[in-house]
Amino acid sequence: MAISFDNALGIHEQAVNVRVRRAELLANNIANSDTPNYKARDLDFQSILQGAQSGKSLPMTVTHQEHNSSIVNPDFAAELMYRIPNQPSVDGNTVNLQEEMARYTENAIDYQASFTFLDKKFKGLMGAIKGE
Amino acid sequence: MSLSNIFDIAGSAMSAQTIRLNTTASNMANAESVSSSAGETYRARKPVFELKALDELQPGAVPLGMQAGQGVNVAGIVESDMPLRQEYSPGHPMADENGYVYYPNVNVVEEMADMISASRSFQVNAEIMNTAKQMMQRVLTLGQ
Repeated sequence: MAISFDNALGIHEQAVNVRVRRAELLANNIANSDTPNYKARDLDFQSILQGAQSGKSLPMTVTHQEHNSSIVNPDFAAELMYRIPNQPSVDGNTVNLQEEMARYTENAIDYQASFTFLDKKFKGLMGAIKGE
Repeated sequence: MSLSNIFDIAGSAMSAQTIRLNTTASNMANAESVSSSAGETYRARKPVFELKALDELQPGAVPLGMQAGQGVNVAGIVESDMPLRQEYSPGHPMADENGYVYYPNVNVVEEMADMISASRSFQVNAEIMNTAKQMMQRVLTLGQ
């Protein structure tokens, strides 16, 4: 009997991946908080999770035969979004440092949660293997 | 692992803010450096930040429209175009033949505000790096 890690670990592996990706995005937003004309971006976690749960990536229209659709990572198939600024600055920057920082911290906590679930899954598997 | 990208991103931001702090220090130090001609006078220096150019799209990597960016880059340091402060003081040893001395166009109040902004941004990015470090350390404990 083979163990399928995909079935055993469920959505948590993908969730951790998305959290890491979002942390990267938010870190980039914060890094560019003083860059003129930089537009803050973010992932729509909800739609990614729905895509991952239904097991199919969002469809991508191929407009040229040389366009390669195989490089699209289905985990991240939803488009990156631009934030709607509530108070844009004169230099065209839309990063709100406090908001981004709050989101980054929240994302780190969510990452820990997803990671703990993943960890428990592995511990469960270990327990099953050892017959404890 | 893209968590290590956060180190690059936050690191680039910290280095950019350091450059900004450096220019501020230089501007403040030279705020009163008088000169006898407009051409020789020190002008306030300002760094120009830009989004760091994305790497070439690698096979298997995240598609271009989805890439977060690689942090911040200092495109260059420009000298301010603000008019120089010209002062009539014939007794000054640096005065030109008309009795004028030229002061740099450094706005000390602006520089102080810039300095605080740079130092805060640096702090925030150090915090980002710290959180990313904790996240990575957690990965190492998987299954333990």
